[in-house]
Amino acid sequence: MALFQLKINGKNYPVDVDANTPLLWVLRDHLDLVGTKYGCGMAMCGACTVHVNGDAVRSCVLPVSAVSAANITTIEGLSETGTHPVQEAWDEVDVPQCGYCQAGQIMTASALLSKNPNPSDKDIEGAMVGNICRCGTYHRIHDAVKLAATKMKK
Amino acid sequence: MSTNQSRRDFFKTTATAGGGLVLGFSWFSSEAFQPQVVGTAAADAIDFNAYLAISPSGTVTIFSPNPEIGQGIKTAFPMIVAEELDADWEKVKVEQSPLDTKKFERQLTGGSGAIRHSWERLRKAGATARALLIEAAAQQWGVPASECNAQKGMVVHSSGKKIGYGDLAVAASKLPVPKEVKLKPNSSFSLIGSHVKGVDNKDILTGKNLFGIDYKRPGMLHAQVQRPPAFGLKLKSFDATEAKKMPGIVTVVSFGNKVAIVGNTNWEVMQARKAVKIEWEKEKDLESSADHDRLFKEMLNGTNVTVQRKDGDVEAAFKNAHKVIEAEYQCPFLPHSPMEPMNFFAHFKGDSIELAGPSQTPEAAQKQIAKMLNIPPEKVTLELTRMGGGFGRRLNTDYAVEAAELSSIIKAPVKVTWTREDDMTGGIYRPAVRYRFKASIDKAGNMTGFMLHGAGLNAGNSTRQDNFPAGAVDNLLIQSSDYKSPITTGPWRAPITNFLAYAEQAFLDEVAMAADKDPVQFRLELLDKAQKAPVGKITYEINRFREVIKLAAEKSGWGKKKKGVSQGFSVYFSHASYVAQVAEMTMVKGKPVLKKVYAAVDCGIVINESSAKNQIYGAIVDGIGHAMYGNLTFKDGAPQQDNFNKYRLIRYNEVPEIEAHFVNNGIDPTGLGEPALPPTGGALANAIFKTTGKRLYNQPFADQDGPLG
Ligand code: FES
Ligand code: FES
Repeated sequence: MALFQLKINGKNYPVDVDANTPLLWVLRDHLDLVGTKYGCGMAMCGACTVHVNGDAVRSCVLPVSAVSAANITTIEGLSETGTHPVQEAWDEVDVPQCGYCQAGQIMTASALLSKNPNPSDKDIEGAMVGNICRCGTYHRIHDAVKLAATKMKK
Repeated sequence: MSTNQSRRDFFKTTATAGGGLVLGFSWFSSEAFQPQVVGTAAADAIDFNAYLAISPSGTVTIFSPNPEIGQGIKTAFPMIVAEELDADWEKVKVEQSPLDTKKFERQLTGGSGAIRHSWERLRKAGATARALLIEAAAQQWGVPASECNAQKGMVVHSSGKKIGYGDLAVAASKLPVPKEVKLKPNSSFSLIGSHVKGVDNKDILTGKNLFGIDYKRPGMLHAQVQRPPAFGLKLKSFDATEAKKMPGIVTVVSFGNKVAIVGNTNWEVMQARKAVKIEWEKEKDLESSADHDRLFKEMLNGTNVTVQRKDGDVEAAFKNAHKVIEAEYQCPFLPHSPMEPMNFFAHFKGDSIELAGPSQTPEAAQKQIAKMLNIPPEKVTLELTRMGGGFGRRLNTDYAVEAAELSSIIKAPVKVTWTREDDMTGGIYRPAVRYRFKASIDKAGNMTGFMLHGAGLNAGNSTRQDNFPAGAVDNLLIQSSDYKSPITTGPWRAPITNFLAYAEQAFLDEVAMAADKDPVQFRLELLDKAQKAPVGKITYEINRFREVIKLAAEKSGWGKKKKGVSQGFSVYFSHASYVAQVAEMTMVKGKPVLKKVYAAVDCGIVINESSAKNQIYGAIVDGIGHAMYGNLTFKDGAPQQDNFNKYRLIRYNEVPEIEAHFVNNGIDPTGLGEPALPPTGGALANAIFKTTGKRLYNQPFADQDGPLG
């Protein structure tokens, strides 16, 4: 066990866990931040996507020891009131079916747009291909990323 | 939460709201609809199972008993009530009820049946409340009710006077309930048929703890369960000495053929799990995929056959035929792979147990758990969480029963979480099936005989004997054989038809080709025949069938040359809805690429245009994905794919454009959770054939040498 001071959504969280514990399980089981989802545990589905220093990463394969000094953002901290342009676009396009994958989709999309405000269809594909939606909401994900991009320009 | 408490909770809600109008109505009973205004006492006495409440603040609350799995029911149900109520949609709230068998008879999500079942009673509930509110306003103003109307949460008098529902709620609750109410004509619907966003969107998009896997209680332990790694094995012995010493581990116990590792967090449990040494021994046959191939052959050539439907004499038809066409189609076992793996919370308390989690059939879980623990069912309480998909998997109660059993052994609150590997290898699959078809045509190209023999592994009756083309062929024989395999199976989105439709629609294309007929024309001619000279029982409506075929053909420009584009057609009737599809392919760098799918859908009245389209897109994506890639194979009883690195699910870059059209014929609505899936594989396979000249007989397509882009 080791003590880590994690910086998540602008707050400090001390946790005493095994250094190899993936960030996903620290978030879910120790810190009650359950918006970040478990889907595969092997970086294949994207359900666990969070931002580490602004990059979209799969928290299920990221040992907590690797992020002790990083700025971590989870879906709970993407915006104060759920009004990040990506969240708003997701609502307007009415993307979710079961909703389980959507936190990961949103974290991937928001990281893309913060780096690349004008993504081409290929760019969007390159980012979103790592996130599985078993309900098959891919068309609306595409539309919502496009809409979010126009919202962010305003 | 006990049944009684949940009731109190509910009444607290209405009490907090300071009274108001509470309308109880029977959601699931088959009896005539009888709404009544209820107070706390009355509701306890009368066996109502749903409530519509209007608080003095004007908020309309509906308690929805059906579990939400992503099909959009939590939004669609209140839309129907709000339409007839002329409520202000912004002020409508819907709340998930816990399992309550006293109130609900069929608290279940499955079979695309919820809307069909509840359409009329939801409308009447809304219309009854509306009538009461109008009457209350009329009395207050001293005018005839006939001079009043309702709009957007207000009663409006012809003079222009207005009053909000909230201000009328208390007075309305004191009025006698009208026996008969008038429902709106479809033409004046404004909310129904519009584009309404999901009521839980905000919570989903901000990461609220909605799902079973997110459920937590103080003092709750986490557990994972090691189940036999192969079907046919049972537990022989285990040694957990090392595992028990590991950090965060509370205990390791075995029950049935399983070993449960219990600890403080999932990660610690996962580590300790690797340290448990388990020996398994053989109990039943350890089947491999090669054995399944042999079993299919034996069944199709054997005599252990159940005749499901027989019209005329197929043998004679085959003998006298101008041409006979024969083919076999096969599909593999498939896991459901909902994104949220199985999980359940249980807290055994000696003479009662509290449960929470994602279930499509909470009542069945309750009954089985009560039986297992030997306690009365009312001592088993179950809180329903939102489900991260289900696709039929959560119709089985194994994972809830297992959590209950574990809690009863360790006497502690515990949540069992399945890893993806557990979820994929833990059984309850779409059964593997092989179909043999045989058809005869006469000189004029009419189909004179049709034979289908379904051979399944734990599939039960793998045919749907009364489905099209039954009724349209003079000589027809539908039969099935089934083999009891140790590999467990269960319903998978659009059970049986998820593959049968593909096989049948591909085969019908083969027959149409042999008859030298256009596939669309061929199907229309069969429907003409079913109309003019029906054979035996017909379970589909011929005109509705015809309309979706025509609509799909029209929207896709069927038969009109499009440069470089080949089209494949398919149509299927299932779960009371009709769906026709056209798939379009083009060759890109020598590989056929699926570019677009057109869907024509008759699900009667569309309730929520947004979620209806979402369901159609999703079902088509699901249909393409599983036809192309889904494959669970076995070696010595062990599933060979256990996570998404080996089991391929369709991704963002692999979906074609989809265009969905509704017939919108004003007929009462039917379900949409499943019906758009069955025709997809057939449209795809028929397009592949047109593009490459290669007929694909087995799923998944990507595994065959038919090169696909
Ligand atoms: S859970 Fe991390 S990618 Fe699937
Ligand atoms: S919305 Fe269900 S998995 Fe994406």
